[in-house]
Amino acid sequence: MIQPVTRIEGHAKISIHLNDAGEVESAQFHITEFRGFEKLCEGRPFAEMPGLMSRVCGICPVSHILASSKAGDMLLGVEIPPAAEKQRRLVNYAQILQSHALSFFHLSAPDLLLGMDAPPAKRNIFGLLENHADFLRRGIRLRQFGQRVIELVGGKSVHPACSGPGGVHARFTTAQRDEILSWIPEAMGSVTMALDRLKPLLDGFREEIACMGNFPSLFLATVSRQGGLEFYDGVIKIIDGAGNVVTESLDPARYYTYLGEASEDSSFVKFPFYRPLGYPGGYYRVGPLARLNVARFAGTERADRELREFKQRGDGAVCEAFHYHLARLIEMLHSVERIEELMSDPALFEESIHARAALNRREGIGSCEAPRGTLFHHYWVDANGLMTRANLLIATGQNSQAMNLSVGQTARHFFKGVALGARPDEGILNRVEAAIRCYDPCLSCSTHAFGQMPLVVEWLARDGTVLGQMAR
Amino acid sequence: MDSVSRRPRLATAWLGGCSGCHMSFLDLDERLIDLAGIADVCYTPIADVKEFPEHVDITLVEGAVANEDHLREIRRIRQRTRILVAFGDCAVTGNVTALRNLFSLEDVLNRSYRDTDVVIGMPTGNDIIPRLLDRVLRIHDVVPVDYFLPGCPPSADAIFAFVTDLLAGRTPPVEGRKFGT
Repeated sequence: MIQPVTRIEGHAKISIHLNDAGEVESAQFHITEFRGFEKLCEGRPFAEMPGLMSRVCGICPVSHILASSKAGDMLLGVEIPPAAEKQRRLVNYAQILQSHALSFFHLSAPDLLLGMDAPPAKRNIFGLLENHADFLRRGIRLRQFGQRVIELVGGKSVHPACSGPGGVHARFTTAQRDEILSWIPEAMGSVTMALDRLKPLLDGFREEIACMGNFPSLFLATVSRQGGLEFYDGVIKIIDGAGNVVTESLDPARYYTYLGEASEDSSFVKFPFYRPLGYPGGYYRVGPLARLNVARFAGTERADRELREFKQRGDGAVCEAFHYHLARLIEMLHSVERIEELMSDPALFEESIHARAALNRREGIGSCEAPRGTLFHHYWVDANGLMTRANLLIATGQNSQAMNLSVGQTARHFFKGVALGARPDEGILNRVEAAIRCYDPCLSCSTHAFGQMPLVVEWLARDGTVLGQMAR
Repeated sequence: MDSVSRRPRLATAWLGGCSGCHMSFLDLDERLIDLAGIADVCYTPIADVKEFPEHVDITLVEGAVANEDHLREIRRIRQRTRILVAFGDCAVTGNVTALRNLFSLEDVLNRSYRDTDVVIGMPTGNDIIPRLLDRVLRIHDVVPVDYFLPGCPPSADAIFAFVTDLLAGRTPPVEGRKFGT
C-alpha cells in the first residue's frame, strides 16, 4: 500500500490519503493554531470580555464583541435600550460587509477572474491590478466602507470599543449618519457590479460547482421570529439538504442542549454536531450559504429579488459550496440596504444607550451571526463577576466536517488520472485550496493563513520509506 | 537594497495572533495599490507564494511565537530579511497571545479538550499539528528585531508612515507615537 501524506508548514494544512488503488480515500483540513481563550479569560471581570474576546479574531472582531456583550446583558439581566440595539445591528451589518468584501475581492476574485490555473505569482490581489484594476479598486473601497462605519461607531476599525454589557458606549450622531449616507450609492453600485460580474462567470466553473463541496447536509442559521434573514438576534433554525425543516425555532441560549462538540486527533479545531444525529452524522453547515437556505425571505427589496433567484439554483436547498461566493454577495447587498434603512430610523438616535444594573445572574449566553456563521459565547462568573469558565462555539469550527468532505470530494474528482507519485497539476492543487476558500474559514478564530495553505505531499511505503515528494 | 533599479522587497508574515494587524494593513485601502508601485510585495498571507523567499528587504511580522512552526518560521524570516519589524503588540510584548503564560500549557489544553463536553478528547497531533511551546515568546526573545511598531493593532496611518519611511531608507521617527492605538 502506498500512502501519501501531506506535511506542510503554516497554520492550516491539508492532507490527502490515497488507498492502494491510488484513489482518494479521505482528506483532512488541519487547523494548527491554538491560543486558549477559554482558559486565559478566567479570573477576569466579565465586563472586560468584549475587549478581550475581540482579539480572538481581527477579521470579525465585531461578532465576538457582540456575542460577548449579549452574554454580558444576560449576566446583568437587562434588556438594552432600542438605540443600543440599533447601533449594534449597524456595526454588525458593517462587519458582514467588510469581511465578505475581503473574502470575495481580495481572496477569491483572483481565482474567479484569473482562473484556477493562473500562475500562482499572479493569483492574488496585486495580480488583479493589471487587467481588473477598477474591479479591485471598487472591492477595496467596499471593504473600506464597512471598516469606516465600524470606525465611526467604535473609534477604530479593528478591535473597536463599540459595545459592552448593557449597551453601547456613545450616542450615534447626525454627522456620522451623513457620512455613512454619502457612501451608500457607491457601495450599492459596487455590490451590484460584483453580482453582475460573478453570475455569468459561474458557467465557466460548472465542473468546480459540481465537484467542490456539493453534497446534502444540514444547514443551521439564526432567523427572525418571522423566519427571515437575521444577523443579530433571533431563533435557531435547521433544515436538511432537501430543504425539509428539521427544527423550526430553537433558543440560542440553550444551544448546548442540541449542539455538541467533538474533537479530532490532527486538528485544534472542534467539530460541533447536532446532538439528535450524533457525531459525525450530525455535522451541519453555517454561514452565508446556510443563512440563505434557511431564511424564507431577506426583508429588503433588492436582496429579496436576488434571494428568490438564488433559491432556484437548488431543490429545496442550494448544496454547492461554490455558491457561498454568490450567497456572500447577496448578503452584502442586504447589508448595504439595511445600513441605509437604519440611517432613517429615529430610534438609532435616542439618548438612552446603556442599561445599568449590577450582576444578576451567574451564567450568560450570547449569540449572533458572524460573517462565517452562528457564534456562541457562554460565560460563568462568580459572585464578584469574575469569569470562572467560558465556552466559545466559533462559526468556522462548525464548518469543519463540511470542509473535510469538500476537500475530499474535490481531490477525488480532480486527482483522477494523476499517476501515483506524479506531481498533480498546480491548478488541481489550487482547486483543493479553493474548496476551502468557499467557506472563507476565519482561520484566526481557529487558526491562520487566510487565503492559501502551503502544501507538501510525501508518498510513503508501508514501512514509512519516502517514495516521492511533492512541494508547493 | 541590492541595486538602485530594483524595487525594495516587502514581506508580511503572521505568527500567533488574531490577524488584526494584517487587517489594519489592508486598511491602507487604495494606498495598497500605491504601495505595490513602490515595493515588490513578495510574500504575504493574502498572496499565493508558499515559502518565505530569500533576499527580502523589509518584513513585518505579526503575532507572538507560540508553537514550533512559529519558531522555525521566525528564524527563517530573520535569516532572509534585512530589516525585521515586530508588527503590533503580540509581536512586541506577547500581548493577548501570551496571556496563556499565566497558566500551565497543560491546564490551558485540558480546559479546551478534556474538562469539557468533547466526545473524543485531546488532539495528539499525529505529527501534523505543531507542538505548542510551554511559554509564548515575544519575537525579540527569539531573534534580533530591528524596529518595533506597537498597537493592537497599529493604525493604517501608522503602518503607512512607518513602511514608506523604511522604503525610502529613512529611520521612522519615534515622536508622537503612542501605544495601544
